[in-house]
Amino acid sequence: MERREERVAYLFLLPWLIGLVVFIIGPVIASLLISLTDWNLLTPPNWVGLKNYEKMFSDRDFYNSLRVTFRFVIMSLPVYTVVSLSLALLLNQRIRGMYFFRTVLFMPSVIAGTAVAVLWSILLNPDVGVVNQVLGTFGIANPPRWLASRDWAIPAVILMGLWGVGGGVIIYLAGLQNIPPHLYEAATIDGANSSQKLRFVTLPMLTPSIFFQLITGLVGAFQVFDVAYVLAGRGGTRASALQFYLLNVYEEGFQNGRFGYASALSWVLVVIATVVILITFRTSERWVYYESEEDKS
Amino acid sequence: MRGSQSSKQTHISTARRLHDDIIPRARKLLRLLVLYAILIALCGFVLLPVSWMLTAALKPDDVPFYTIPPHWFPIEHFEWRNFETALLDPVRPFLRFTVNTLIIFGGNVVGTIFSCTLVAYAFARLRFRGSGFLFNVLIVTMLIPWQSQMIPQFLLFLELGWYGTYLPLIVPSFAGNAFFIFLIRQYMRTFPRDLDEAAKIDGCSYFGIFRFIILPLCRPVLAVVVVFMFLSSWGDLLGPLIYLNNTDQFTIAIGLANFATRYSPNTNLLMAANLVMMIPPVLVFFFAQEQLIGGIASVGLKG
Repeated sequence: MERREERVAYLFLLPWLIGLVVFIIGPVIASLLISLTDWNLLTPPNWVGLKNYEKMFSDRDFYNSLRVTFRFVIMSLPVYTVVSLSLALLLNQRIRGMYFFRTVLFMPSVIAGTAVAVLWSILLNPDVGVVNQVLGTFGIANPPRWLASRDWAIPAVILMGLWGVGGGVIIYLAGLQNIPPHLYEAATIDGANSSQKLRFVTLPMLTPSIFFQLITGLVGAFQVFDVAYVLAGRGGTRASALQFYLLNVYEEGFQNGRFGYASALSWVLVVIATVVILITFRTSERWVYYESEEDKS
Repeated sequence: MRGSQSSKQTHISTARRLHDDIIPRARKLLRLLVLYAILIALCGFVLLPVSWMLTAALKPDDVPFYTIPPHWFPIEHFEWRNFETALLDPVRPFLRFTVNTLIIFGGNVVGTIFSCTLVAYAFARLRFRGSGFLFNVLIVTMLIPWQSQMIPQFLLFLELGWYGTYLPLIVPSFAGNAFFIFLIRQYMRTFPRDLDEAAKIDGCSYFGIFRFIILPLCRPVLAVVVVFMFLSSWGDLLGPLIYLNNTDQFTIAIGLANFATRYSPNTNLLMAANLVMMIPPVLVFFFAQEQLIGGIASVGLKG
């Protein structure tokens, strides 16, 4: 009986087990091997050892894409965290019409990155775009040149991301609604005012959601592609200011046909991302609060 | 003396009323006003760009696209033909792109529902050696960045002769998706064990239990999965970009990205095409808001 259940279980798992080998484990190993060759599809691949990795040290595109990606990670994560948390607190207020406001503010989060990038690249036109016109009416005489400027290109991408920040807000809102009301009652009895409640009840109880968002945000930030492809595709200042890491991998591999080098580049990114994510996990023990271990399952 | 005392008393009571009643009320009102002001401003941030885009998409070719001050609302020009042009233009037929994207989405629905429900059933309701270990493997695969598999997968599909077809974009879904397996497994775990036991006593096979008892109960979570899948298939740019080389096969994301980057586009047509890309997810959002929000929220809480 037990035996039969086990056999059946593995039969049910079969599609995933096959996929695990063919689409994940196999390719991960293969990409490590490919990164040690000069595979370019035109000539038979040669073993080149660590040459692809050495080449990165003198590759300006590599350094630039790394810099762009890190700049984005460092600037975007704090902004998204603070904004989506504040928005969740705002949307958690019990006032009339809240359903309407939530619907409107969540709406852009379902729109694909490509479409968002196309729209905002037009809105952010430095000379005649509506964003700078609006800034002008508020008395800002020299508004940023956004995508046309080296310094403002990344903030422009972050602004586009803020438009679709609703997905994160939903997660925080669910976290907020999951906080047991008796904690607030106890805090009221102890004489806590509303900012103390925020500081000592709400924020600690939300740390698991913040942590979850931080991890998914990191994974996402290292893999920015759509926006970069649409905005950096035309060359010029934009191309170098928005040369995100994955875009560089795509160009080296699928446009220049250097599959060996592109594999090496992907491996470096995977290692960097893994290290950053592991460090985040490590620090989480210090600041993430789980109410009880049984709840975690 | 009496009179002055009573006037003093009314004075005090007015002050007290002011303090106890009017000030808190005014404060509450002010707070409410500030809240609404912020919410309305935020709605403006979300909706005005869309409305501006629609206005721009409806402008005829000979009208200036950028104006000072901006035209926020579609009140002057109604060139609906722009949408027709964007959808049917022989160089970039967005209607064709839409159909192609839906074909890929359809294939993914079949593949994902088939594989993920089977695998989730094993993880949720069957006992077998190694289940804990394999489940941890499943979780870890969610965190492995796709880039580490992207190039070998491409070379594999190239070797199989699948380059330039939809197969590389559909077939992997038949091997399951870790995230969806996780989501469905969490849902299946909530059903009482007695269901399986009773069916087993009645002589039902494991597959029978899965097919006729568990699967029908999973409809709500499968709806969530399909909504998520639609949004990811609809928006996917990198996958189709790697595997498709023929304009006839392009998806809407490639069509739009190429339109925006390769040519100097007619901006009114570009905005019309952009609306074509934006509207279906927004419609799905309005019709499936509960499922979508419930799905995202449950992921965040269980994560």
